[in-house]
Amino acid sequence: MKQFQYVRAANQKAAISALTKNASAQFIAGGTNLIDLMKRGITSPDTIIDINNLPIKAIEAYAGGIRIGALALNSEVSENKLVIQKHPLLAQALNAGASAQLRNMATVGGNMMQRTRCPYFYDTALPCNKRQPGTGCSALEGFNRMHAIFGHSDTCIAVHPSDMCVALVALDATALVTGHKGNRRIAFADFHRLPGDTPQKDNNIERGELITGVEIPDNSFTKNVHYLKIRDRASYAFALVSVAAALNQEGNTIKDARLAMGGVAHKPWRLHEAEKALIGKKVSEESFRNAAEIAMKGAKGFKYNSFKLKMAPNAIVEALKTAAGMA
Amino acid sequence: MVFYSKMPNLNFEIIFNSMANKKPGITTEKECNGINESRRDFLKQSSLLTGLAITPAAVLKAAEEKWDEEFASSLEKMPLKLEINGVNHDLSVEPRTTLLDLLREQLALTGTKKGCDYGQCGACTVHVNGKRVLSCLSLAVMQQGKKITTIEGLADGEKLHPMQQAFIKHDGFQCGYCTPGQIMSAVACIREGHANSEAEIREFMSGNICRCGAYPNIVDAIMEVKEGGQQV
Ligand SMILES: Cc1cc2nc3c(=O)[nH]c(=O)nc-3n(C[C@H](O)[C@H](O)[C@H](O)COP(=O)(O)OP(=O)(O)OC[C@H]3O[C@@H](n4cnc5c(N)ncnc54)[C@H](O)[C@@H]3O)c2cc1C
Ligand code: FES
Ligand code: FES
Repeated sequence: MKQFQYVRAANQKAAISALTKNASAQFIAGGTNLIDLMKRGITSPDTIIDINNLPIKAIEAYAGGIRIGALALNSEVSENKLVIQKHPLLAQALNAGASAQLRNMATVGGNMMQRTRCPYFYDTALPCNKRQPGTGCSALEGFNRMHAIFGHSDTCIAVHPSDMCVALVALDATALVTGHKGNRRIAFADFHRLPGDTPQKDNNIERGELITGVEIPDNSFTKNVHYLKIRDRASYAFALVSVAAALNQEGNTIKDARLAMGGVAHKPWRLHEAEKALIGKKVSEESFRNAAEIAMKGAKGFKYNSFKLKMAPNAIVEALKTAAGMA
Repeated sequence: MVFYSKMPNLNFEIIFNSMANKKPGITTEKECNGINESRRDFLKQSSLLTGLAITPAAVLKAAEEKWDEEFASSLEKMPLKLEINGVNHDLSVEPRTTLLDLLREQLALTGTKKGCDYGQCGACTVHVNGKRVLSCLSLAVMQQGKKITTIEGLADGEKLHPMQQAFIKHDGFQCGYCTPGQIMSAVACIREGHANSEAEIREFMSGNICRCGAYPNIVDAIMEVKEGGQQV
C-alpha cells in the first residue's frame, strides 16, 4: 500500500471541501473495498478522508417512507425492525452479500460505490478501460464468465457486484447526495451508469459529492418477496445471477410487481417491461415464464458467460415462484 | 514534521502525514523476508532494488541525512489509544498499518491469523466494540478509542471459553490455522442470535473458510455451546 495522509472529517462541509480540493483524495467508510483496492495498487489516494464521524448513520421513518443513513452498516440495516417490516426484500439482499464480518463493516454508501470484481480490473498487469481508460477491455476476449449480458459496450463488459443495490433499484429508492453545490436527489435507477465509452465512471455522482443516505418509499411489497442469488458456492461469493422479486397479490391475481437483476450488467438491472407483463396476470408459472422471456430481450452473452442467458430467466421464474409462495 | 494538530480554518484534523515508504517493527510478512532487517539495510536495498524514481523523497532524505532509526520512524507514526483484551494501550502507528498487522507485528498477539489479507477467509476475525470484523481490512488508526477482543482475550485466566472447550471436544480443527478466526466468529454468531439451526450457523459462519474442511465439527461445537445455554 502506498503511503497516504489520513484525515478525519468533523462535518460534511469539511469532508466535501477536503475531497474537492484534492483530486487524489478519497472518502473511507467501512474500508472493505477501498483498503482491498489500495493493497493491490488499483487505487492509490494520497489522502483518505475518514467520514465515520459524520451524523449520517440513522435509520428512520418519515411520512411516506424510510430513510437510511449512508453510514448505516449493512448488518444494522438488515437487522433493523423497520427495514424487516417494510422492506424485507432489502434485508434478504443484504444478508445474501459478503459475510457476517464484512456486513458489520460495510456501509450503505460504500456498498453503492464499490467497484467491479472483474478479474482484469483487479490485475494491474493487464489492460482495463475501467482502471486505465484507453488501454482496452481484456474481458471481451478473455475469461468472461462473471460478466455482463445486458447493457455492455465494446469498452467494458464488467458487472456491478452489489446485492443491496439490486433490492434498492427494485424498491424505487432515491439516493441522497450532497456537494458544494448543495443537495441532490438521484433516482436509484439513475445512480449507476452503463459503461458506454466511459467505463471508468461507475455512477453519476460528481467529484466532491458525498452520499448522505437513501430513501425508500412505502409500498405494498411487504410479504411476497424473494431475493435469489446464484453463485459458485452456497454463501460468501459474488452473484453469477441474482434476482430481486416482489409481488403484490390479490387472491390469485398479480396487482403489482417489482423485478431487478444483479450480476448481469454494469448497474443493478431493473426489469420494467417484465413487471408490466405481470400486472393483471394470474399467479402462475406461466405468467412468470412469460415475464422472464420479456426480461431477456436484448441479452447478449460472451464466450464463457452464455450460460447466463439460460440461468437468468430460470432464476427469474424461481424467484417469482418463491415470492408467490409456490416454491 | 510530525503533525497532529487542529487546523484552525479547516474543519478537519490533519492527523498524520505518512512520509516514508517503510518502517521497522511493523513489517508485514508478505513484504519482508527478514523481520529483523534494520531500516538502514532496507533503505540500502530499496534504493538498489527499486531505483530512485519510485523511492519516496522522504526515505531518500532520511537515508542521505543518516537519520537514526528512532527519529526516522517517529516521523511516520501517529498516536493511537486502544483497549485490547481489557488492557489499555498507548500506541504509535503508521496510517497504512492494518489492525491485523498492529496486533501481530507490533503487539506480538499472533493468535489472530493472516490467511488472505484481502477479506476473503475470516482468519483475522476479531471483535471491535463487540462486533466481529476482519482486522485485515481495518486500518488501525480508524479504531481510535475502541475495544478490541482477540482470541487471546477470550479465556478467563486458565479457564478456556466454552467455545474453545467445545472446539477441542468436537475436533473442530485439523491444522488449526483458521481456528482463532472461527472461534471469534462463532462466539459472535451466538451473541448475534444467528445460531438457531445448523443451516443458520452455516450461513452466518460462511465468512470463515477452513481449508481442512472441519466444517461439520465446527457446526457441532457451535450447536453444543448454543444448546448448553452458557453465557458466551
Ligand atoms: C471478500 C468479499 C466479499 C464480498 N461479497 C459481496 C457480496 O457478495 N455482495 C455484495 O454486495 N458485496 C460484497 N462485498 C463488497 C462489500 O459489500 C463492499 O466492500 C462494501 O459494501 C463497501 O462498503 P464500505 O463502507 O466498506 O466502503 P469503503 O471501502 O469504505 O468505500 C468504498 C468506496 O466508496 C466511497 N464511499 C464510501 N462512503 C461514501 C459516501 N458516503 N459518499 C461517497 N462515497 C463514499 C469511498 O470513497 C470508496 O471509494 C464483498 C467484499 C469482500 C471483501
Ligand atoms: S486475513 Fe482477513 S479475511 Fe483473510
Ligand atoms: S483447521 Fe486447517 S484451515 Fe481450518
